[in-house]
Amino acid sequence: MSSSNESIQKTVTVALLLCLVCSVVVSASAVMLRPAQAVNEQANMQMNILQAAGLYDPQQTVQEQFELVSTRLVDLKTGEFVEGMDADDYDQRKAAKDPSMNRVLSGEEDVALIKRQAKVAKVYLIESGGQIEKIILPIHGYGLWSTLYGFMALEGDGNTVAGLGFYEHSETPGLGGEVDNPNWKAQWPGKRVYDGDAVALRLVKGGADRSDSYGVDGLSGATITSRGVDNLVKFWMSDAGFKPFLDNVKEGRI
Amino acid sequence: MAKTKELLFDPVVNDNPIALQVLGICSALAVTSSMSVAFVMSLAVIAVTAFSGLFVSVIRSQIPSSIRIIVQMTIIASLVIVVDQILKAFAYEISKQLSVFVGLIITNCIVMGRAEAFAMKNGPIESFIDGIGNGLGYSAILMVVGFIRELFGSGSLFGIEVLTKVTEGGWYYTNGMMLLPPSAFFIIGFIIWGIRAWKTAQVEVDEFKIAPNSKMKEA
Repeated sequence: MSSSNESIQKTVTVALLLCLVCSVVVSASAVMLRPAQAVNEQANMQMNILQAAGLYDPQQTVQEQFELVSTRLVDLKTGEFVEGMDADDYDQRKAAKDPSMNRVLSGEEDVALIKRQAKVAKVYLIESGGQIEKIILPIHGYGLWSTLYGFMALEGDGNTVAGLGFYEHSETPGLGGEVDNPNWKAQWPGKRVYDGDAVALRLVKGGADRSDSYGVDGLSGATITSRGVDNLVKFWMSDAGFKPFLDNVKEGRI
Repeated sequence: MAKTKELLFDPVVNDNPIALQVLGICSALAVTSSMSVAFVMSLAVIAVTAFSGLFVSVIRSQIPSSIRIIVQMTIIASLVIVVDQILKAFAYEISKQLSVFVGLIITNCIVMGRAEAFAMKNGPIESFIDGIGNGLGYSAILMVVGFIRELFGSGSLFGIEVLTKVTEGGWYYTNGMMLLPPSAFFIIGFIIWGIRAWKTAQVEVDEFKIAPNSKMKEA
């Protein structure tokens, strides 16, 4: 190695040039591959929605199956559909961080520990013959290590659970990570959310009674994750969550 | 070219980066619970080692030695990000399973080791081939470990069922430990033992003798 390489000038030049070239390569690849990635992410999200509702069929493409689903926006406070906004472009997670579109939750109200909640939420509806058959609601809340993001699917009556699934979390594999276990998820369909006006659906530590139509087994070895799931279900099904909307559905106002 | 062959296949058994140099163990534990994931990881590592060797070698005469490690690191990191982006675009499911481990190729000692030890002193083509060779050596171990772990842990290979599991009405009780990272330690240990029993030249001489900790007459 020649000594001319060791001068400060040379060192700085090499460093700058290298950074320039590398940054161009990295950003070019990121920008050029962005469209393909976005398609994948969307397909993945749609697959999760269909899976939560128990409708996913691996034989067919996700796009085909997703044609049955209509995406709508709901004002959480009034429980009515929001018109004049494009549901496909709306990003609920971004909105939750935007002061003009979110609501800061006070300590007592914030059972799911999410701190901020978007005022407008996305809902996915599967209709047939003018009747709502399934309602799929995005839910999230804090577990042990991470925020769990998922979907809760309800039948058209707005009370019977059709399914539940999380698509993003970092709970401990084998313990809290068992929220992805198909056997556990299979307990949810058929359970009921409301007893009268109160949310009665809950996770039961030590195992729910078979005849209990409001109880789902807690996850063994994952008390805090179970509590998190319990809380987030309670939160999103309450007045602060989707209850106004579900009431409207039940009473046929939508 | 006899040298090409040597560069390409020596790292597979004779100078295996995992078995002899004991580098890159971390990711070998993490991504080997299923073969398809291990396979994609192998391809990613081969691509990164080969191209980082190539680029480092091309500019090796211009790199000031005071910042050479950072220069190598930057090149490797850029390549890894590109690979990660490509995986996200074309193999989304697998990129989700690999998650952070693609990013962690940056810190894989094999890549860094080859850039510093080989590419800094040899021409671009040799460095490229050396990169592929070492990537292959890494892949070979990954695939063997993946084969054992997936076969005994989930009763399948590349996701295709080979042994029918009890949970699906078959006879095979899955070995849960095989799915956990520690099992890879045992398997890699056995592989190293096997290779060194076969190629005795790889056996390391003890650096010191362990003294007996007590003498009989004192007791």
